[in-house]
Amino acid sequence: MLSKQPIDVVVFPGSNCDHDAFDIIGRMMGHPVTEVWHQADDIGNAAAVILPGGFSYGDYLRSGAVARFAPVMDSVVDFAKNGGPVLGICNGFQILTEAGMLPGVLMRNSGLRFICREIYLRVERDDTIFTRRYIKGQVLKIPIAHNEGNFYLPEDQLDELEANNQVVFRYCDRKGNVTPEANPNGAARNIAGIINREGNVMGMMPHPERRSDPLLGKPDGADLFRSLVDHVNGR
Amino acid sequence: MNQVELLSNPAVRPASLEEAKAQGLTADEFAHIHRILGRTPNVTETAIYSVMWSEHCSYKNSILELKTLPRSGSRLLAEAGEENAGLVDIGDGWAVAFKIESHNHPSAVEPFQGAATGVGGILRDIFTMGARPLLILNSLRFGPLTEIRNRFLFDGVVRGIAHYGNCFGVPTAGGEVMFDPSYNGNPLVNAMAVGVVRTNKITRNKAKGVGNPVFYVGSRTGRDGIHGATFASEELSEDNESKRPSVQVGDPFAEKLLLEATLELAQTDALIAIQDMGAAGLTCSSSEMSAAGGMGLDLYLDKVPLREADMHPWEIMLSESQERMLLVAEAGKEDQVLSIFAKWNLECVEVGRLTADGNLRVWQHGDLVANIPADTLVLGGGAPQYRRESEPPAELDELARFDPLSLTALIDPGTALLKLLANPDIASKKWIYEQYDQSVRTNTKLEAGRGDAAVVRVEGTLKGLAASTDCNGRYVRINPRLGTELAVAEAARNVACVGAKPVAVTNCLNFGNPYKPKIYHFFREAIAGMSRACRELDTPVTGGNVSFYNETNGEPVFPTPVIGMLGLMDDVSRAIPSSFRSSDDDIFLLGSASGHGLGGSLYLKAFHNTVAGALTPVDWQAERYLIELLVESASKKILRSAHDVSDGGLAVTLAECCIIDQENPIGAHVEMSTAGSRTSVLFGEAPGRVVVSIKPEYRDELIYLANKHGVPLRQLGTTGGVRFTWKDEFDLPVSAMSDLFYGAIPKLMAT
Repeated sequence: MLSKQPIDVVVFPGSNCDHDAFDIIGRMMGHPVTEVWHQADDIGNAAAVILPGGFSYGDYLRSGAVARFAPVMDSVVDFAKNGGPVLGICNGFQILTEAGMLPGVLMRNSGLRFICREIYLRVERDDTIFTRRYIKGQVLKIPIAHNEGNFYLPEDQLDELEANNQVVFRYCDRKGNVTPEANPNGAARNIAGIINREGNVMGMMPHPERRSDPLLGKPDGADLFRSLVDHVNGR
Repeated sequence: MNQVELLSNPAVRPASLEEAKAQGLTADEFAHIHRILGRTPNVTETAIYSVMWSEHCSYKNSILELKTLPRSGSRLLAEAGEENAGLVDIGDGWAVAFKIESHNHPSAVEPFQGAATGVGGILRDIFTMGARPLLILNSLRFGPLTEIRNRFLFDGVVRGIAHYGNCFGVPTAGGEVMFDPSYNGNPLVNAMAVGVVRTNKITRNKAKGVGNPVFYVGSRTGRDGIHGATFASEELSEDNESKRPSVQVGDPFAEKLLLEATLELAQTDALIAIQDMGAAGLTCSSSEMSAAGGMGLDLYLDKVPLREADMHPWEIMLSESQERMLLVAEAGKEDQVLSIFAKWNLECVEVGRLTADGNLRVWQHGDLVANIPADTLVLGGGAPQYRRESEPPAELDELARFDPLSLTALIDPGTALLKLLANPDIASKKWIYEQYDQSVRTNTKLEAGRGDAAVVRVEGTLKGLAASTDCNGRYVRINPRLGTELAVAEAARNVACVGAKPVAVTNCLNFGNPYKPKIYHFFREAIAGMSRACRELDTPVTGGNVSFYNETNGEPVFPTPVIGMLGLMDDVSRAIPSSFRSSDDDIFLLGSASGHGLGGSLYLKAFHNTVAGALTPVDWQAERYLIELLVESASKKILRSAHDVSDGGLAVTLAECCIIDQENPIGAHVEMSTAGSRTSVLFGEAPGRVVVSIKPEYRDELIYLANKHGVPLRQLGTTGGVRFTWKDEFDLPVSAMSDLFYGAIPKLMAT
């Protein structure tokens, strides 16, 4: 039984990957998808919410620091509290941490420059609603494109994060080894993506939507969206 | 308004000749303004004329030459200069808007903001036409990175481009960078943008309809960038720092909002005309839109949103504050316009109305502070047009007589190749393009560094657009006419290498002071070369930009007419990368050298410190055949890779094919005799040649197609292994080549 409930893509005025997420869910996955304006009061009957990449409100302050106060965020927070799936990609991840929906902060890249390149990711969990189609230990090749992706948490909280099995993706080399050289931005313990303890809110810096259409390269990111669509369809 | 009141407003005080000259007008031009108005222009009017008649806005010293370029073609939807950007029909109801523009002077003074606002300006030119930007390229020139000032400029420019493009959300995925001492103190920063629009949603700049409201939208007007256009029309000097206030400050977030609001408005029937406020700001947009539609305009400065309360009329009119547009809406549909801009949280204010009389009338506090026939301000109307004196520099003959073959090789070929791979002109530009978001909006098929041209998909179709920017300033310095032909040929070849058919050109002409006859000679000859080349390839020139006065303390940059070539492919999935793909593929050279190709070569510059020697002429028939062959073999999926032979010659081209895919380098074994002239075969840059690799089973088909198109070809060798071996010449580990190629620029920038 396919769900008619749409996956919502939240559009902040400075979002610039909103369209990419929309395209993947709608055109590639064939699932209903709706754009939700940042000033909307609610997210309707969404089955899941995606906070896309971009620069939400310009991000001249700290990435995502203003976006967390957007009117729509109240209902996104409520939606997540009730177990609704929320995926934050790049700026979306930054917003989730600023809003306190995920732990940690994303500081400026250790090299103090914007980085856009294809990196390797090791899948650390294949039992989440976002990664069920992957196999633990699988290595994905997808791009990053950010200025602030340097994930930080104090050591004790990192230990807690790991103990709770909340790390979903780590930067690695092409063979899956998690090494300092494979870490593009200085992120603590090579962390590229994490999930909340309840397992319904995930944030990640890399852009799976940019490697979902086979035309643009090996579509290593597609299974992430397939996993999500499976979930909302009750599969 | 009586005479006493008139004199009480400083904005309407009659201007003196000295004041006019201080703003860049000549005595003749000032007298001409007097004749046009039938009176002495006041200070506001003088300021308006001075920017509109500046080189930057009026093209007064270049337009007569530019008009000789081929500017029409069956695909063109706008004549060059008619709209903000060139417009090419690509079929199925889609058009491409594209243009290149310089921001050299601002970048020389304040590299970050100079480059950022250069990107902002060219993006506005594209979405002003209703097109969504799909791709940005940059053509950059700097002095050597061994000098700290050049590293500062280079770093700032790259950060500025990244800052603006990344936030705006358009992939910056192509372009080129070269280094030469002639660009010391005067870098070239040329930005090209490509966008797509449905042909029935193209927006224009012709103001129409008496009584229609004129809206100001976007950011507020401040004192930044006043006289920026005039600043761009002067030589640089050690006094540059004092020009810092002429540089604007960019806000890419505001630009992104402006994009979305403009495109939303373009979908309605409320919009009549729109133009961005770039150079000369409100003055240029108001006068050009009125003149284009044969209308007049009453403009009320009291309504213009200002950052500071006490701005003078000429400051408001000349400000180049960024992220602003002027638009004409249909009377009665004002609410539609206001609600769209309110949604995007942008200022949107009615600042005037169209009139029938053709005059631009500017009002402030009830005073008429300027009253000028709009047509007399603009290019194609009353702006002056000059044919400058031109004189061939004597040294050109001498440069052509120099015989590179008379030189003895100083180093062995393998060492020379390794050194060239670490030369910043050749070395990987990864340090640059990794700072640019190249894949946002999920349409990028070939990112920077992967193919000879950048390739993006036209969303919702299978079509691909390819784009390349090219110009070897050394060639143009030696022979401006032929050097420019070579630039067009290379740009077309680059586009064809990825499998696209070259369809149209935009150009950015970077030269010194046009009042110097020797400089003007370079300019005229370059135009003649471009004319010839674009006619031969049937790639009309759709527009572009002229940047004169690229001099520092009297020394000009290499004449650098950058060619931006647009190519079209029916099936974007067929795009061909530059790098070898797998072992045991056959390597072929398509085309053949018709000269030693060492004149103006990087080899001569790198190892003999010489920029001289006759250039190899372009065989245009051979170039056309080569392009046809490349396009057909790409569409038939015969080619695994294609990379044109340019800087550094065949040895460098083959080495690049081995290492351009950094993670998957592949060696090559080449057997080709270098008897006669080793240097020429290995490092000569004769045009019309492309290195391709194919699966061996396609050998017969490639030979068949080459014969069909009349293109000579020869097998050079095969791919495979971990070494690049050229029999009897050198045998190098691919890893050593790769380390030098990727390490050179980061190493220079880390010093």
